[in-house]
Amino acid sequence: MSLVYSEEQRLLADTARDFLAEQSPVSAQRALRDRGDALGFSPELWASMVELGWSAIPFSEAYGGLEFGVTGLGAVCEALGHHLSPSPMVSSVALAGAVLEQAGSADQRNDWLPLLIQGEARLALAVDEGARHDPRRLALSARRDGDGYRLTGEKVMVLDGHGADGWIVAARTSGEPGEAAGVSLFLVPADTPGVTLTRLSLIDARNAVNLRLDDVTLEAGCRLGEEGEGLAPLEAALDRGRVCLAAEMLGACDALFAMTLEYLRTRVQFDVPIGSFQALQHRAAWLHVELALARSTLMAALDALDRDAHDAPALVSLAKWKVGTMADRVGNEAVQLHGGIGVTDELDVGLYLKRLRVAQASLGDADYHARRYAELARS
Amino acid sequence: MNDNDKEAFRQQVREWLEANCPPSLRTPTPEDEMVWGGSRVEFKTEDQRLWFERMRDRGWFCPDWPLEYGGGGLSSDETTILEGELRRLGCRPAQINLGIWMLGPVLLEFGSEEQKRRLLPPMARGEIRWCQGFSEPGAGSDLANIGTTARDAGDHFVVDGTKIWTSYGDKSDWMYALVRTDREASKHRGISLVVLDMHAPGVSVAPIDLISGKSSFCQVFFDGVEVPKENLIGPLNGGWALAKALLQHERSAMSKFGEFSLPTHFDLMPLIRDYLPEAQTPAEVALEARANACAMEEAAYGLTVQRMTDEARAEQDVTGLAAIMKLVHTEQERVKFEVLLDAMGYRALGWAGAPFTDREQAITKAWLNSFTQTIAGGSSEVQLNVIAKRVLGLPDAGKGASS
Repeated sequence: MSLVYSEEQRLLADTARDFLAEQSPVSAQRALRDRGDALGFSPELWASMVELGWSAIPFSEAYGGLEFGVTGLGAVCEALGHHLSPSPMVSSVALAGAVLEQAGSADQRNDWLPLLIQGEARLALAVDEGARHDPRRLALSARRDGDGYRLTGEKVMVLDGHGADGWIVAARTSGEPGEAAGVSLFLVPADTPGVTLTRLSLIDARNAVNLRLDDVTLEAGCRLGEEGEGLAPLEAALDRGRVCLAAEMLGACDALFAMTLEYLRTRVQFDVPIGSFQALQHRAAWLHVELALARSTLMAALDALDRDAHDAPALVSLAKWKVGTMADRVGNEAVQLHGGIGVTDELDVGLYLKRLRVAQASLGDADYHARRYAELARS
Repeated sequence: MNDNDKEAFRQQVREWLEANCPPSLRTPTPEDEMVWGGSRVEFKTEDQRLWFERMRDRGWFCPDWPLEYGGGGLSSDETTILEGELRRLGCRPAQINLGIWMLGPVLLEFGSEEQKRRLLPPMARGEIRWCQGFSEPGAGSDLANIGTTARDAGDHFVVDGTKIWTSYGDKSDWMYALVRTDREASKHRGISLVVLDMHAPGVSVAPIDLISGKSSFCQVFFDGVEVPKENLIGPLNGGWALAKALLQHERSAMSKFGEFSLPTHFDLMPLIRDYLPEAQTPAEVALEARANACAMEEAAYGLTVQRMTDEARAEQDVTGLAAIMKLVHTEQERVKFEVLLDAMGYRALGWAGAPFTDREQAITKAWLNSFTQTIAGGSSEVQLNVIAKRVLGLPDAGKGASS
């Protein structure tokens, strides 16, 4: 077990950060927002990321992957967070890729993983139905119909769902909302009749949709994994996505904290830099503390997933909780410590604040993961 | 030292420890069974005496000191191996001695040859119990504000004043103390480090009771105490640099101390379960959530300790992490005991005797004691100042505008 990046992982993180500083500074994200870009990310930039091998990081060499682990993925996601660079890394590579790996048949993996890795196709994961993340409570129904299934129901906050080549939909083939058994996973290709998309306009201007399925007919071959046993592979995939979001938040908070410190050192009021005031120094010192603690939980979660450790789910929840509460605090303090200019759109601080809020709420917020941690610790 | 030499030395040490450390002393040390070196050293068992004398005779109370000063003469590699083997076998420390851990290294670095020959060998034999005279009633966080004076009286100094928070001042033989030797100079420049005999005329000691009850802390009073000039350590008025060096050693001494002693650690969630098996009312659910958050913060701290070790091993700069450790741990402990007390309710209010269990009383005392932890050894506020200035590089108050 190691809580530091290896030499190679560090190199990857540094390279990613330099590349994004050049190709995808915060101004690029601002431009996408200002022109109301439907995709929410740049396909050209995504193609470059694929070329750099980022989409291949967690996958087996059998499909053209690099086998560079979840920690490698985390290193890249930190860099993406640092520059607020939008990409389908979390939605397609971490989440959908992991579902295919965990639950897909040999044929399904052979059909889809090389496409995902080469950037020729993109999938999105549809889990949530209510206002708050809670996969166990999902209710979207999938009824047996001859050899296939009929799916009816609604999904919300499907990350990068717009323009995807397909959606992995978690549905209930049996059991009641709240029960672990009875969840099944389906791959719904984008051209399937009966699917309606509503593109959401979110505070972070990224790509998310609500999905409506009206009596959508699927062949049995569209099912990923065993019927009714989808929750375990789904949770495993979600954990990979959660830790990637935590890495992204940590990267963003590092950048935001650095901006805030710079402001404290240079902003002059009462003839002195405001950073010389003890009331502000102590608030900044606490942010340093929170960032340090949060990083430890993130490194432990990445490491545990790569080792396939039995406590990996608990450590992922610990990380999503700790990084999430830290991110709330860093975001709030960054705005307040910047004072008046902190609430202007001109400053990048607000862009970070909004992205952090979305990442915090996605795939389980701090409250959700505190509860999950308690349950896992008790069992 | 090549790997073969290391392995040979390890084997040698292992055999010696197996043969010489009494099996009864291969367990964690309960607080009342610690052996404190000094003129009034006490042993509760014959094994304790044997272990003390055997370690003393090998010079292994201070294994890495030079032989001529009574040390073990081991290289740093050999010392690491010895410490590793002591840990591996679970040996209790043969003695606890603040002199060896804190003053010793400073004497080795700054003391005169005469002082080293006079002071180090008895220290290395565990014959002297040392205490520290730094804090004063008017010099807490602002340590340089000390007012205890040492007046030049020809061949000796005359010391007047008082020291406070002196651990085991009533049981110690000698003290190393910061005294003011120049009242005209600026605060930091008029301070000297001296060593003085606690049995000398004019020294008196009063124990301090804390909110948690009896404590090892004392206040020490000096009334015209004569201190020979050869007991000045380092240059006259140059004591501040030595004090800083000593405080560095204090930190590592404290961690050694913690390593030896029995865990007084209370595992939060199982205790909460004892008093709150199933949360039912909204208040209980909220309490349970607070307890869980506490346990999670504690886990994050534990991982941070581990990360610091991993980063140090990878030769990364860990100053930013080291600076948060004391602050985080002590603040977390205080919150943790508050939550625990809330869960225990009336059961947490006992001071002594039935119907309160020993464990309940220990928890209540630990809660009261947790307040000392966020104050002693650099208060939380001082820790935050250090982080802000040394780690984050934020400007000093009043100096920012001109720099």
